[in-house]
Amino acid sequence: MSQSKIKFSCRDVRVAYSGKEALHGIDIEIEDQGVTAFIGPSGCGKSSFLRVFNRMNDTIPGCKVTGIVKMDGEDIYAPTLDPVLLRARVGMVFQKPNPFPKSIYDNVAYGPRIHGLAANKAELDEIVESSLTKAGLWDEVKDRLKDGGTGLSGGQQQRLVIARTIAVSPEVILMDEPASALDPIATAKLEELIDELSKKFCIVIVTHSMAQAARISDRTAFFHMGNLIEYDQTSNIFTNPTDSRTQDYITGRIG
Amino acid sequence: MSSSPSIHASERALKRLKKRHARERRFKVMGLSAIAIAVMALIWLLYSVIGTGYKAFYTHSFTLDVEMTESVLDPTGARDPDALRKSNYRRIVQNAMYERFPDVTDRKAKKELFDIISTSGAPNHLRQMAYNDPSIIGQSFTITVPTSDDVDQLLKGNIDRDLDESRRKVSDRQIAWVDQLMETGEIKSGFNKGFFVNPDSRDAELAGIATAFLGSLMTLFVTALMAIPVGIGAAIWLDEFAPRNRFVDFIEININNLAAVPSIIFGVLGLAIFINFFGLPRSIPIVGGLVLGLRALPTVIIATRATLMAVPQSIRDGALSIGASHVQAVFHHKLPHAGPGILTGSIIAMAQALGETAPLLMIGMVAFLTEVPNSPTDPATVLPVQIYIWSSNAERAWVEKTSAAIMILLLVLILINGFAIWLRNRLEKRW
Repeated sequence: MSQSKIKFSCRDVRVAYSGKEALHGIDIEIEDQGVTAFIGPSGCGKSSFLRVFNRMNDTIPGCKVTGIVKMDGEDIYAPTLDPVLLRARVGMVFQKPNPFPKSIYDNVAYGPRIHGLAANKAELDEIVESSLTKAGLWDEVKDRLKDGGTGLSGGQQQRLVIARTIAVSPEVILMDEPASALDPIATAKLEELIDELSKKFCIVIVTHSMAQAARISDRTAFFHMGNLIEYDQTSNIFTNPTDSRTQDYITGRIG
Repeated sequence: MSSSPSIHASERALKRLKKRHARERRFKVMGLSAIAIAVMALIWLLYSVIGTGYKAFYTHSFTLDVEMTESVLDPTGARDPDALRKSNYRRIVQNAMYERFPDVTDRKAKKELFDIISTSGAPNHLRQMAYNDPSIIGQSFTITVPTSDDVDQLLKGNIDRDLDESRRKVSDRQIAWVDQLMETGEIKSGFNKGFFVNPDSRDAELAGIATAFLGSLMTLFVTALMAIPVGIGAAIWLDEFAPRNRFVDFIEININNLAAVPSIIFGVLGLAIFINFFGLPRSIPIVGGLVLGLRALPTVIIATRATLMAVPQSIRDGALSIGASHVQAVFHHKLPHAGPGILTGSIIAMAQALGETAPLLMIGMVAFLTEVPNSPTDPATVLPVQIYIWSSNAERAWVEKTSAAIMILLLVLILINGFAIWLRNRLEKRW
């Protein structure tokens, strides 16, 4: 695999909830190209770490992030940086599909509307259509754009959330266990979509399924008890881990 | 496993099982009796209120030929409106009555005869007519006026005809006249429109709920205008934007405590702030509305906070994650989602305010008012206070008035709550 540009670079990132530290100084570099997966047992801090990249931790009372996180060389925790703008550039898909209780169209159009990305209705229609197409949902919903977004199936809802995210044209998409609430068929579809999206977006995905990480990611980071244990090409992590804890986790002895 | 009898089939186990079932049965019986007691209490309440109150919705009126004798009303012939206000219309009504029963000559009998009709209602009716159109002076025509409340009560069967005359409010002679007039159709029963359009009066046959009803509406309007926006705003701030510190915790605890403060305290507060400090007049719906607004504020805040907190965090997260600002996430997503609940809470708070009496006593909305308010700055009273005032009157006729006013108040409350339920069901779109 060719070496690509570094998107995120983290130095000594610590996350604490009400003074209790959950991540103990993470150093990592996330590449622009491809899919990076975070794996690890429950409570290892992988989700907390994911939320560092779009500053969603800011919205949790009592949560404090320290250390340096740079996106394209720019400190995203600098006081001058507007988290609202950052989140437009770094989208997020959550564990549980969370479409807005609005129509399918409005779900996708909401982001472009608040950011003023469309000059008129025709442009907005175009953004909605292309976003839904990219999310692989257009053919399924094009005849019922006025129907509620929460009336879709779980897998469709998750793809709707992805469409909502890419409608804002982000550079990065963060995914927090996006398939954990989906059945195997919907999961397979979602993984296919992630593969497709990774050609255009930098994707960071948290997953508790090692098989999923192995299937879709190019690089994998293994977290354990708030520490980054190992970070390498996915193939190396799964075939030839250097740390015994990684070995134990992927063989099912911890987790 | 072995073939020994299961521990769940042993004698002791079966006994325990029986006990458990018995406990469940006892609990069900207790629950059912609780419901039965509640339903019985409600039926009793409705029966006693409606059973006496329905009689206030019809009344008896007297159709009488009157002659607007010029020599009595306007001896000078000047037709001066101010002088006409002071003319002796009582004499006109008395003359009309004596003419109807020319045989009555005895002074005491004449007084009794006059007492059949509403002794202030009939002259006032004529006075108003003459004031509106002075040209009717000198003419003869028929008027329909209420009978006295005692006659009305007699005809409604509330006065026992078999009692000794000295112990009843209508004399034997009056009963004879009334029966005669009923037969000829000069006294008729009909819908009591006056109850709805008249202000309060010392005379039961003339008293109506118009002042109190309009006063309640105006007061409630002011209350809603104050409590709903302020309450919702405060709840949003507390829920989303308030910093987490001791000061805010202190505020929150006190808001919860305020909801439990006896309402009369709010009346004292209103008296001190609005009347003594700001110098607003007493008895007006604006002050009443502000006081009830303060009273409703904690209820609105608590209801709004409860619904806001029930909105799934994921909706807010979804909005934030695509770059909505905090305010946008709250107002575009959280608030619409909580809307139906906020609305219901606010309407319930308004219904509570409608039934509030004590704080209004403190700010003088307990006044006896014979005029209907035209604006929230005119003196008025409210329905529960009107009920309170009427309930302390001794005459038989007030009992049904009081019950009828309670019926109106309950009806308004049911309508408000029904509206809240309808609105919630309508708005609660489940996507």
